[in-house]
Amino acid sequence: MAKITFVEHDGKEHSFEVENGLSVMEGAVKNMVPGIDADCGGACACATCMVYIEPEWAAKLPAVDSQEETMLSFSDHATSESRLACQIKVSAAVEGLRVKMPKSQH
Amino acid sequence: MEDIVIVGAGHAAGQAVASLRADGFTGPIRLIGDEPYLPYQRPPLSKKFLSGELDVERVYFKPPAFYEQAQVDVRLGLSVTGIDRAGHRLLTDKGEAIPYGKLILATGSRVRRLSIPGSDLVGIHYLRSIHDVEAMRAEFRPGARLVVVGGGYIGLEVAAVAAKLGLSVTVIEAADRVLARVTAPVISAFYQRVHGEEGVQIRTGLGVAGFTGVSRVEGVEVAGGEVIPADVVVVGVGILANVELAVEAGLRVEDGIVVDEFCRTDDPDILAIGDCTRHPNGIYGRTLRLESVHNALEQAKTASATLTGSLKAYVQVPWFWSDQFDLKLQIAGLSQGHDTIVVRGNPEEGRSFAVFYLKGGVLIAVDAVNRPMEFLTARQLIATHAEIAPARLADETINMKQIAG
Repeated sequence: MAKITFVEHDGKEHSFEVENGLSVMEGAVKNMVPGIDADCGGACACATCMVYIEPEWAAKLPAVDSQEETMLSFSDHATSESRLACQIKVSAAVEGLRVKMPKSQH
Repeated sequence: MEDIVIVGAGHAAGQAVASLRADGFTGPIRLIGDEPYLPYQRPPLSKKFLSGELDVERVYFKPPAFYEQAQVDVRLGLSVTGIDRAGHRLLTDKGEAIPYGKLILATGSRVRRLSIPGSDLVGIHYLRSIHDVEAMRAEFRPGARLVVVGGGYIGLEVAAVAAKLGLSVTVIEAADRVLARVTAPVISAFYQRVHGEEGVQIRTGLGVAGFTGVSRVEGVEVAGGEVIPADVVVVGVGILANVELAVEAGLRVEDGIVVDEFCRTDDPDILAIGDCTRHPNGIYGRTLRLESVHNALEQAKTASATLTGSLKAYVQVPWFWSDQFDLKLQIAGLSQGHDTIVVRGNPEEGRSFAVFYLKGGVLIAVDAVNRPMEFLTARQLIATHAEIAPARLADETINMKQIAG
């Protein structure tokens, strides 16, 4: 389990304990966090689960692979802090992770 | 406020609930599904759910609490047997009459079943539901001989998972190549090569005549009389839209329930969404019936907008994906009617390339294997009817983002 905090575009926060092995996207969907669509269900095919990761966390997460990098490059609101939440696996290593959601996924 | 009843409990139905509440509909919503499950995602069924990487809970579209919070009256395991349009009510297999104000038909599709000698033997499976996959997976033991009938996406995805689980897999396809209905020969040849490299035997140009066995299937008899030994069989020969309710209710149906760009049928109180619809597509200038998650989600959003008083026409470039081994195939657009095929990259070596389809110089579709950039660029260009010189598409020294020139 890891505690993950999801921060909506307007600053509203939601914190949950998410089981190991799930993705951060699944943690959001399971807990009905608004702002993460995940149209493809986690296949890294749609870029509708984009989140912003604070810089101090970015280095602690597994690197972005080329598929994710390309998907992100087409996401309207992506920045250098963006990741796809479906590609971040939950484990003790992400305890305390904070992710921010964009205004819209489209 | 009129109550809304949704018939069907797949992707489209789940999204319709979410969108109706997000769009501010506060009236009663009732969801009726004939399966015992809340709306779930079907794409993983032939992929990570079959392989055992995902359990049932992880394929749900939304968690059970979502429906409680949305105050949806969920009725599962209930089949709607008729629509009484004059009386504004549904009839069910349990003898109930359920009233509706507005009705959304999200009845989806079902597998096409074979009706040939031996086709009812134990051990012959189809893949559409959680239940189907659970039954199939129980028989996927390492070393077992699996024969997959049909070399479409479902058949090839099952073959890929089974090969990784250690089964001995043969795919038989009646056409002269796999994926013949939907892709160019170069894609078919590529998938046949990779499946061969991964230990799957693919045999094309071979129709199925019947199945042998006493109570359980023991073999697949193909045209010419040869019997291919099988411990388990999976048949993937296409799906059919569930239109019977609409037909019996007298709604307009043409291989799909006919709807307009706002998902309205010819009855002002009945909408239809997802696989079961025949709908206009402005980008292609014709009507389509699609078997896809993207269409299910987008039509659900369109229907919700229609019902909450803000008409938003459905205009979408269809897209699809298929995961097999380490191949991520992403498809944008529809290739039917193409006159030119352009290959970018080398499909004969490695596992990364894209095929573009053009009609009259205009890009209409792409099949991209491990090429997200080609997929995403093409998806945008298709929407704008972009004309692109074939030589530029084929030239890998030109970055995809500059391809439109």
